[in-house]
Amino acid sequence: MSAILRVQDLQTFYVLEVLGTRKVVKAVNGVSLDIHENEVYGIAGESGCGKTTLLRAMFGNIEPPLRHFGGKVLYRMDGEYLDALSLPLHKSREMRFTYIAYVPQGSMSIFNPVSKLRATFMDFLESHVPGTMRKSLLALAEKHLESLGLSARVLDAYPHQLSGGMRQRVSIALATLLRPRVILADEPTTALDVVAQRAVLQLLAAVQKELQNTIVLVTHDMGIHATIATRLGIMYAGKIVEEGYTPDVFASPLHPYTQFLIHSLPRIGDKRVRESAPGNPPSLLHLPPGCPFHPRCPYVLARCREEVPPLLEVTPGHRVACFLREVNHGTA
Amino acid sequence: MALLEVRNLTKIFTVGSVFSRLRIRAVDEVSLTVQEGQIFTLAGESGCGKTTTARIILGFEYPTSGEIIYRGKPVQEFLRQKNWFREVQAVFQNPFETFNPLRKVESYFLEAAHNFDLAKNGKTAQDVIEEKLRAVGLSFPEIAGKYPSEFSGGQLQRASIARALLTNPSLLLADEPVSMVDASLRMSIVNLFRNLCDTLGVSVLYITHDLATAYYVSDRIAVMFRGNIVEEGPVEKVLGNPRHPYTRLLLESIPEPDPSKRREERVVVCEEREEYLRAGCKFAGRCPEVGEICVKEVPQNVLLNDVLVRCHKYASKKEV
Repeated sequence: MSAILRVQDLQTFYVLEVLGTRKVVKAVNGVSLDIHENEVYGIAGESGCGKTTLLRAMFGNIEPPLRHFGGKVLYRMDGEYLDALSLPLHKSREMRFTYIAYVPQGSMSIFNPVSKLRATFMDFLESHVPGTMRKSLLALAEKHLESLGLSARVLDAYPHQLSGGMRQRVSIALATLLRPRVILADEPTTALDVVAQRAVLQLLAAVQKELQNTIVLVTHDMGIHATIATRLGIMYAGKIVEEGYTPDVFASPLHPYTQFLIHSLPRIGDKRVRESAPGNPPSLLHLPPGCPFHPRCPYVLARCREEVPPLLEVTPGHRVACFLREVNHGTA
Repeated sequence: MALLEVRNLTKIFTVGSVFSRLRIRAVDEVSLTVQEGQIFTLAGESGCGKTTTARIILGFEYPTSGEIIYRGKPVQEFLRQKNWFREVQAVFQNPFETFNPLRKVESYFLEAAHNFDLAKNGKTAQDVIEEKLRAVGLSFPEIAGKYPSEFSGGQLQRASIARALLTNPSLLLADEPVSMVDASLRMSIVNLFRNLCDTLGVSVLYITHDLATAYYVSDRIAVMFRGNIVEEGPVEKVLGNPRHPYTRLLLESIPEPDPSKRREERVVVCEEREEYLRAGCKFAGRCPEVGEICVKEVPQNVLLNDVLVRCHKYASKKEV
């Protein structure tokens, strides 16, 4: 299966110059991903690990202070790969939302708070669907909302009149209006309660099923990944540290960080003590040498403090960046 | 004696103008009791009135009717003497909004120590602060001179809890304290509440929509829906054997960290305002077991095996 979206050794850093000193925040530090057609790819990791920056780069939206230092983001279109980061502006504009769509974090700040949602939808359609009548565009928007189980009445509402869950579902409807091949969703359910969260995930899954497209879902909640993702990448300090099919990752997490993520989840009917990973996530400004997880890792080896472990395939489709794997393989 | 007793608390908000005035009972006849050294969870989805209940208890909002009794005395007495916040302190959802981004975090500690006369001079104040920071796993040098943006979410939430502990409160009101914290650090905060409760005897009113952490940490739970408490009792009994259809819906909605258990059935979503104004049982619009009586009559509380349930389904059954 060929990838629809390919990220090759991508490096994008935030470069901040404050009072003559230069600070480099290594938000995405050598990420390679192949994202396939018709799958939900989950990216998990703590806040400040570079998930959102990775998504922004995948969307081709690199603006200062974020700068591109190396690597490629490739979109597959008609059998050819286009380099998303060097496309001419008119071309990348054309591709946005028709080929690749983005559902940003925080639904409150997506929509214009002082205009009705109808205006937002019309703005969007008029800039992407040329040469069609206003009326038929509106009909398109209404039909789309109804097909997603939302009432067309929301078009007459202001964003603040909708609940958080409703607003998030409208933002998904807006992103999927032009039937994109890839949808990038950044924490679509954070700050929603469980019932609203379930409705949003339900909608995403339904959209994916209908369009047979790809969703890249970013969230720190492993429970959501378990429910919806086909494959899962675990991100830590700007790098992918583990990747595999969701059932494999949950059944046998290989990286100590993934193990913490999975084992710390509380379950109903089980009151045993759960522990979070010790310590705090590292600052991307001053990364520790070697494996970035080593200050928090309970199984740290001397080698971890000096060398950065490469992402290697352990079993088919399951890759991990940890020296422990090699040690275990040596003894087994 | 119970630490905090809330009796028939009601808060009515009016929305709309003169011609289209609507009265929304955001909190409707809520009664609950928090015992000393207990973690009590108030659970429910957003817009169910749990935060309004907390705000009334904190004295930020006046109830329309009902009373709040703390250690046998009405809360107004404490508020008048301005020592309510010695007894009760709050921890809010987003630590980055709790603290002013332009002020150093330590200034909050020093200010609280000053306002509540916790120390005679700067030196002893620092000792008091250090002691509280230790209780949450931080130390004074870790927070000294730093602005909120220099902390991670989990660290800042700990600092916010330490600040709440400064006055030696007997009750902490934690309003969604972990929903903005990363899942990987969530358990450390939840464990901290358990720890504080066990070692310092601080009771916690834990407000959340996350039943998994609620089950993990609390002793009793009350499930709230559109202003009413629909089920209340010991957490093992309520969540182990959910009786009210709404509790069951909440439980089913938790994303299970197990890819083999993917759910197929879909949820129905209703509008909040519509549900608040519904006559009869407010859950009737979404309930899978809705009957004729549910649409017409308001259900009454039934006590079943230590658990209080507000549902017509159990009205005929008596105490077992």
